Amino acid sequence: MGPSGAQLDTALSEVVNLFPWHSGVLRFTTAGSVDDGKSTLIGRLLYDSQSVYEDQLAAVRNSRINRSTGPLDFSLLTDGLRAEREQGITIDVAYRYFSTPRRKFILADTPGHEQYTRNMATGASTADAAVVLIDATKSVLSQSRRHAYIASLLGIRHVIAAVNKMDIVGYSQEVFDRIAHDFLALAEQLGLADVYAVPVSALEGDNVVRRSPRMKWFDGPALLEYLEELKVHDTESLRPARLPVQYVIRPDSGFRGFAGQVASGTFRPGQPVVALPSGIKTRVKSIVTFDGEAEAATAGSSVTLTLEDEVDVSRGDLLAAADQPPTVSCRFVASLVWLHPTEMDRRKLYLLKHTTRIVRARVTRVNHRVDIDSLVKLEATSLRMNDIASVEVETTLPLYFDLYREIRSMGSFILIDPLTNATVAAGMIEEAIQGDRLMPAGDAVDRTTPVSAEERSAHFGHPVALVWVEGHQSVAQRIERRLFEDGWFAHLINASDYEAGEVVPVVRAFRSAGMIVVFSVGDRTAHRQPLRELFGSAFFEVDATERPESEVANEIMERLLIWKETTMLRGNGAS
Amino acid sequence: MKLNGQLDHLKALEAESVYILREAAAEFAKPVMLYSIGKDSSVMLRLAQKAFYPGKIPFPLLHIDTSYKFPEMIEFRDSYTRQIGAELIVHTNRQALDDGATPYALGTQKCCGALKTRALLDALSEGGFDAAFGGARRDEEKSRAKERVYSFRDSMGQWDPKNQRPELWNLYNGRHHKGESIRVFPLSNWSELDVWLYIHVESIPIVPLYFAKEREVIVRDGSLLLIQSIVRLLPGEKPQTLMCRMRSLGCVPCTGAIRSQADTVPAIIEEMLSFRRSERENRVIDHDEEGSMELKKREGYF
Repeated sequence: MGPSGAQLDTALSEVVNLFPWHSGVLRFTTAGSVDDGKSTLIGRLLYDSQSVYEDQLAAVRNSRINRSTGPLDFSLLTDGLRAEREQGITIDVAYRYFSTPRRKFILADTPGHEQYTRNMATGASTADAAVVLIDATKSVLSQSRRHAYIASLLGIRHVIAAVNKMDIVGYSQEVFDRIAHDFLALAEQLGLADVYAVPVSALEGDNVVRRSPRMKWFDGPALLEYLEELKVHDTESLRPARLPVQYVIRPDSGFRGFAGQVASGTFRPGQPVVALPSGIKTRVKSIVTFDGEAEAATAGSSVTLTLEDEVDVSRGDLLAAADQPPTVSCRFVASLVWLHPTEMDRRKLYLLKHTTRIVRARVTRVNHRVDIDSLVKLEATSLRMNDIASVEVETTLPLYFDLYREIRSMGSFILIDPLTNATVAAGMIEEAIQGDRLMPAGDAVDRTTPVSAEERSAHFGHPVALVWVEGHQSVAQRIERRLFEDGWFAHLINASDYEAGEVVPVVRAFRSAGMIVVFSVGDRTAHRQPLRELFGSAFFEVDATERPESEVANEIMERLLIWKETTMLRGNGAS
Repeated sequence: MKLNGQLDHLKALEAESVYILREAAAEFAKPVMLYSIGKDSSVMLRLAQKAFYPGKIPFPLLHIDTSYKFPEMIEFRDSYTRQIGAELIVHTNRQALDDGATPYALGTQKCCGALKTRALLDALSEGGFDAAFGGARRDEEKSRAKERVYSFRDSMGQWDPKNQRPELWNLYNGRHHKGESIRVFPLSNWSELDVWLYIHVESIPIVPLYFAKEREVIVRDGSLLLIQSIVRLLPGEKPQTLMCRMRSLGCVPCTGAIRSQADTVPAIIEEMLSFRRSERENRVIDHDEEGSMELKKREGYF
């Protein structure tokens, strides 16, 4: 346990005097290219807020490279990779840290040209505010438009337009007013809630950290002052309580705690909650932390909840306010940003990670693509890297979610390619589609006929298979659990639980139910031949007698995944 | 941590780090925590205690011992890990040491390559670890600023900075094929100042070398080297006694001390606020070549 309250207070008062911050952390993002002076602006923020150390500055001074017109190339403070310094470009999102006496800042600095959509979206996903750079000599260019659009798409509520290079236009109020007017019109079109425009010169330092005497006509705060005072609207804490379960803590049989970060709202002991997907209702018993039991757990805090009743809850489940549960559905409309060079494939089952859960999902329809320069909606059937689109997504298991605009972490997801493991897309849930679960293609389904094997396999997201496991029973158990947790419908059969004559009929029953049978062989090797015939190419052998369990499990998971992808793609999933 | 108002940002950093630790512990088959005995490791270890409380930390700690660490570090490592009941694995590249690896014989880059990077990669593959937590912070060095929280390494343990997975929100993608692994950085968003403030408010024990006291040193190339058995005096060098402390901990021959009077954590914080030098400056290795940290990281270094 940590120190007692009194000790802590004394200890704290010692440092608080040294450390008068009061506004916590502000996470913000910027985007722009070399030309519009973004690196210079950031260099200025770091330099003028005294966040650059002498030795770092000396390294910049001594560098062979200086692409700027001034004595110091500020961009060298921010461009971290060799290739970037050599080519004078910013390749990837870079995170910068600086603090003033009032606040700690985390800046996601994103390049404006290469892969701008992907990088801007990444930077914006964790930001509370965005600084959009506009070149005063040019006006609101498509790049600023893109950045503002991505900020609005990613739900950033506070956008600051920094109109840079005011020194070049003679600090002209007229120029600034025109650009600010255009930008505000754009912001209104995009529905941005809170917008501020400030004229700056990053090169000369006007209105970056301190108000400039050269623009007396402007009476607003300088950029940094504004960021220091910006009140971030924490709407998450006002939403219904949600806790996606990350980890179940069971130090002994007497304690069962559900660990996770509160996504929204507040949990208190005694509060009625519902566990999803089981739907079982219970109450919060206690909020356990290393520092003692807490009276409340608010949005953003990482805690461990215990429940009044013994409820079966595991990773990927959700604890939610019982009176305000989330939407449960397999279908929804989402905004999707495609991040990968490989084009989107509508036939393909991707892995979808939402909160702490991974399910299988397909992008069933592209409603429209957005041209991010003109903001016009275009028809599209597929998506390429850096495309943004409205799509429909279907998952093989229901998701319990809220809309992105209401609770960011309950409405965001990524898509992962199951074969390459690459992160291929990022999505924001805009709207639920109520109605039927994932059904096979074709418009009309005859509701009087029995459910076919094809329908089952489309419904479960995989065809039937048998995994023949030789070795200790725990291996088969581990494989069953891995499959189950990854959203497969799997069932473990211990051959030794049945009479010899029962085994094949039992397996046949699970097969017709559409399940993956994990078959723990024991000494019943004689069943190999009939089962092999029954399953054909969907018969997988695993020999764990001489290899580590985890290795064997990983390997079979990989084989099954590849098999499933290829059979589902061929469309003969029910074999 | 009972904080309000002024130090609220530490709470947010703590919650985020705990989330990352839990996420990786749940998603990987066999994670391990790199434990370097330094202040960042000490913070990371406390966060791991918090993440799994009242349970134990569900993964072992791994220390890559070059054999050139300060004796105080090893003492601290052994007593502290025993005290909190953590499982500790110590790995040393014996082969390289038998072949005579010292920074004097090989130069710092090659010595680090053999005793740290190679040793680390060997330890990870021998242990079959598919994820390794590291205490690196993005504000430490420029090439770290582009590091992901989940940093993908190929089957040779190498990092490709131009081909990283995009990382949005807190949705980390830990999927990997056999032999590949992920480095996980729970302290990505902490600054050096945050680390010290947290050590203070949490009363986290740290190696006494961080506190100023009178020590025997020599001044070499402008930095202060503590006199230890491996340090050989050059002609004309005379040991002297100075008030000094270590700002970061590494190997004896390559880590210099700084002149300082700061003998308590608040004094260190006060000193930090007036500092104009970054903390890795006292490491010889980072300065060998422009971009050298990036090169080391590509090869598998933390």
